[in-house]
Amino acid sequence: MTVHNLYIFDRNGVCLHYSEWNRKKQASISKEEEYKLMYGMLFSIRSFVSKMSPVDMKDGFLSFQTSKYKLHYYETPTGLKIVMNTDLGVNNMRETLHQIYSSIFVEYVVKNPLCSLNQPIQSELFHAKLDSFIRGLPFFSARAG
Amino acid sequence: MSRQSNRGTESKKMNSELFTLTYGALVTQLCKDYENDEDVNKQLDKMGYNIGVRLIEDFLARSNVGRCHDFRETADVIAKVAFKMYLGITPSITNWSPAGDEFSLILENNPLVDFVELPDNHSSLIYSNLLCGVLRGALEMVQMAVDVKFTQDTLKGDSVTEIRMRFIRRIEDNLPAGEE
Repeated sequence: MTVHNLYIFDRNGVCLHYSEWNRKKQASISKEEEYKLMYGMLFSIRSFVSKMSPVDMKDGFLSFQTSKYKLHYYETPTGLKIVMNTDLGVNNMRETLHQIYSSIFVEYVVKNPLCSLNQPIQSELFHAKLDSFIRGLPFFSARAG
Repeated sequence: MSRQSNRGTESKKMNSELFTLTYGALVTQLCKDYENDEDVNKQLDKMGYNIGVRLIEDFLARSNVGRCHDFRETADVIAKVAFKMYLGITPSITNWSPAGDEFSLILENNPLVDFVELPDNHSSLIYSNLLCGVLRGALEMVQMAVDVKFTQDTLKGDSVTEIRMRFIRRIEDNLPAGEE
């Protein structure tokens, strides 16, 4: 099992953070374009899911999977979006993504007054904590490196 | 008291006098810096807003409260969860407007004013105006535009402190500009 990469978007679609661990295939476009494409898709899925749902939903869009990978999605009521791609073996990630929000993003970005909340996160501390958290996950394969 | 008690972030408790006195020092300084009370009120509201914008994230991370579906639910969360968590009090919710878009928070004891007596020359100072900014900023981040103001204040001789909240509109989220 493995974790491929992770995106954090703010409520306006700005990509606050991107990191990758085991990504064998890169998109053929610039990172900026990739973020926009990703956000656009998420935005569309959100509205698609809410319009198509035959019943009232509690959590909305949670994840999708293809033949090769699974995309996990978590959104806070403030509109912060955490997106993580893993392989297919990883089950429900809600708890983990909430933990990234509450014990890493809130602790090292929101509580750092020098970190602006609507532009890419510069904090080294945040990057380090996030990286070690992901590497410590039980399904983060040691060989993935 | 005991050193062990502050292990988890959720059980961290602080002496509220430190907060109250710090807030008092802030208001005192603003009164020195600005000529009139109106400007002080404005600054307090602005500072509160900036706090609220960040505080909401802390609140959501800690409380695990989801999205509210109506203003009544919002009122409940504010009074019973948020005020409790940050100020240690639970205001009562009253005076709903018939349309359900306005209500009042009644604070029996406002922790910000524990040691305050308002002098006569500051009659238009809204001492705790920071709270209005906090509420406005925090709710704006969860897509609610609200108007928040003090309508009664024990510092001004009223029997209770009343914060009036009025729902203005829901803020819709848009695709960022320049999206194809």
